[in-house]
Amino acid sequence: MSIVTVQLGQCGNQTGHEVFSALCSDIRGTHGLCSKKENESYRDSCKERFFCEEESGVPIARAVLVDMEPKVISQTLSMAARSGHWKYNSHSHFCQKQGSGNNWANGYSVHGPRHKEAIMNLVQKEAEKCDRLGGFFTIMSMAGGTGSGLGAFVTQCLRDAFPTSFVLNHVIWPYGTGEVIVQNYNSVLTLSHLYQSSDALLVHENDVIHKICAQLMNIKQISFKDVNQVIAHQLGSIFQPTHAAGEGSGYSRNPLGDLMETLVPHPEFKLLGLRNIPQMPENSLAYSTFSWPGLIKHLRQMLIANAKMEEGIDWQVRPPHPGSSIPSTNKPLHFNTSIANLVILRGKDVHGVDLGSFQDPSLYTSWLNPQDAFNAWKTPRAFNKYEKSASLVSNSQFLLKPLDSIVGKAWNMFASKAYLHQYTKFGIQEEDFLDCFTTLEQVISSYTNL
Amino acid sequence: AVSLPFAVGQCGNQVGCRFWDLALREHAAVNKKGIYDEALSSFFRNVDTRSGGNGPDIYKGKICSLKARALLIDMEEGVVNEILQGPLRDVFDSKQLITDVSGSGNNWAVGHKIYGCQYRENIVEKLRKTAEHCDCLQCFFIIHSMGGGTGSGLGTFVLNLLEEEFPEVYRFVASVYPSGEDDVITSPYNSVLAMKELNEHADCVLPIGNESLFEIVNKIHQMINSGKLGSTVKQNSLVTSSAGSAKTLQEKPYDAMNNIVANLLLNLTSSSRFEGSLNMDLNEISMNLVPFPRLHYLVSSLTPLYTLADVNVPSRRLDQMFSDAFSRDHQLIQADPKHSLYLACALLVRGNVQVSDLRRNIERLKPSLHFVSWNQEGWKTGLCSVPPVGHSHSLLALANNTCVKPTFIELKDRFMKLYKKKAHLHHYLQIDGMEQSCFSEAISSLSDLIEEYNELDATKGGPRIDPSRLKIAV
Repeated sequence: MSIVTVQLGQCGNQTGHEVFSALCSDIRGTHGLCSKKENESYRDSCKERFFCEEESGVPIARAVLVDMEPKVISQTLSMAARSGHWKYNSHSHFCQKQGSGNNWANGYSVHGPRHKEAIMNLVQKEAEKCDRLGGFFTIMSMAGGTGSGLGAFVTQCLRDAFPTSFVLNHVIWPYGTGEVIVQNYNSVLTLSHLYQSSDALLVHENDVIHKICAQLMNIKQISFKDVNQVIAHQLGSIFQPTHAAGEGSGYSRNPLGDLMETLVPHPEFKLLGLRNIPQMPENSLAYSTFSWPGLIKHLRQMLIANAKMEEGIDWQVRPPHPGSSIPSTNKPLHFNTSIANLVILRGKDVHGVDLGSFQDPSLYTSWLNPQDAFNAWKTPRAFNKYEKSASLVSNSQFLLKPLDSIVGKAWNMFASKAYLHQYTKFGIQEEDFLDCFTTLEQVISSYTNL
Repeated sequence: AVSLPFAVGQCGNQVGCRFWDLALREHAAVNKKGIYDEALSSFFRNVDTRSGGNGPDIYKGKICSLKARALLIDMEEGVVNEILQGPLRDVFDSKQLITDVSGSGNNWAVGHKIYGCQYRENIVEKLRKTAEHCDCLQCFFIIHSMGGGTGSGLGTFVLNLLEEEFPEVYRFVASVYPSGEDDVITSPYNSVLAMKELNEHADCVLPIGNESLFEIVNKIHQMINSGKLGSTVKQNSLVTSSAGSAKTLQEKPYDAMNNIVANLLLNLTSSSRFEGSLNMDLNEISMNLVPFPRLHYLVSSLTPLYTLADVNVPSRRLDQMFSDAFSRDHQLIQADPKHSLYLACALLVRGNVQVSDLRRNIERLKPSLHFVSWNQEGWKTGLCSVPPVGHSHSLLALANNTCVKPTFIELKDRFMKLYKKKAHLHHYLQIDGMEQSCFSEAISSLSDLIEEYNELDATKGGPRIDPSRLKIAV
């Protein structure tokens, strides 16, 4: 099954480019550490998912590039083409000239309706090229105007036009101390709207990735490209092919569907966080060895203690004792309760790995059986030169604090009515804001009371 | 996206002239292949002159003849004529000029009411023609001074006109405010009358003080003379120089000052013209820096004002650039933002500067700045890969800060000094369309603005009470 990616706004397009680059580089690599047959199967599956074949043999990304100003798309298209290993379809993009001015209302209420037909035509074309459409993957930031506002509108359009397809939104949360002053407004508007039409929101926080770049990747002068490359690695670790149902079966055909099924049992809970270990500079890879038990232990504690990366994990945090009825208000504040988790293992000796610790019922709410709350996907094929790589996609309280922080700051600004005239100018009124705040306070409350 | 500058009056056109010169140099340094590209198109048209000047626009391909997208307006001919005889003569054509001979006599009313009325149709027609050539018009820039008659009066008339004719296009104004020692006696009247228009019709105003420009130029002058910069100053690096030679500083002091303003405008638009990892368009500046419609006065600071020959600038020097942007030496208007309240702040960085450099410096500088309670993290940032000519990087800081209040209070005081005695009032009231109420309304508008800043200042240092959040029934 194929996935059509929609890259929205500057962040969406810059990140999307790194994602396809990473996927392509991974399948071209000879570090698969597995049999030739396995490698070929992996490569073919990845290609089917993300690329189209052209006569020249250069894979073409199954993507639609959307932006309201021309510079980023222009750069993105040429960078991809220059790589020589893959490219974008030269017609699969839509841009305008004036941008969205970091104004969600402009993106959603003005650009959205105005350009709906043109954008959806491009999406339709890409969808038709797929033998079997597995769903849509959108990449956007929520801080600006295009990715956020137009992105929310396009997501709605995707839902309306493809009611039976999966829509997964990859949303990048901005640095806490500003990239955009009205970022909290734009974020509140985006998240509340996406919650209505998206199947799940896969989140990356710039602050977290930045720390990974600084402390784990040892990058001195961190650029957005560095940040995007880490994000691309983490996304690749989720979306590259895996065997869903044990050794011997083929690569999973329906990655988005499988993801939704395992992780989103209830529409009130759509926020997915991502962790990937190990992460290190490429030139250190050759000198590092890891054991699966070690990786699993770390990943589990990262889950429980809500650690953002494998350094600085709080090992004191323990799950509550099974059997004791602790009301959620009395649970240790730093214990991260999960609804569902998915662990993805890639690389050497992957099939013998013991994941029992992730099935511990005390990690989860009581709604699902622990067997259903936890799933694992595996492949012996190593990813992106990491001999062993473990990823966790979690529907848990991971994003509760960051969400609460964003809503808090937005509310603070809203109470003073600052910047509201900029939104009402384009049709988003105070009542619309209030609705969005209500929606998100509901989400916060739901996740808090797990 | 196109930005259309209007230079109105003597000061406006002198700055404008520097601006076009620097813009051409900047694009020439970046555009090595001579292909007409998106970046060039924001300020220039590409015209086929083979058919004699009236050729059609060429949108792609090689550069044929570049024409500035601009309107030059002056009610005297001196400055505009000088431009047309100088090295920029081929960049403009007569259809972009609106001139008269007798000037406005430093009288806002003459500029606004008489010439406004007289030239309205002419201006609208030329404006429409110029706009027609623009693929996507995003922003108008008015460059003028506040203290005189043409720039101040006719300039604000044009501002009104722009709002009427093109309500959706952003209106940015670079306004040079007169100093206390300005030799035009009626400059307070002109400035306050113009302020009312800026309050009501501009999206963003960048006030610029002649005193600040003068001090900056002097400091650089002193440093050159003291040998501190000496031979290590790179050619073409002086923000103040037009020909790249330090000597020019002594010959034409206004040129140096005007160059600074021209650089401000270039840097302001750099991220919409050139690529970068975090683009910042003009409509984003307006969106992020104007929390309430009338509070749209932005204090600007520019660094560096010169650079040393050292090409590999280590990180410490980079951090110094950020510190400089927050020092009063680099501000284009006299004000004290550190002791006042920030409503919002924007940093537009050019050159090889990455997000970590930006964040490190914001973290470092934040503690010494006071931000309003509802915008504690109010930073808007932009990263443009292309540095200005002669520098490896630069930083433009724009602050919406209550520190502009004293400037306005001073202006009001100077106005009242004259107005109480009804000094020179008759020169204005005798103009058709001018009444006493124009004055009282203008001063009232200014007072209201000052009051809005007062209310914000009153919240400074007060207890931080976050409003209670919505409660959800579980």
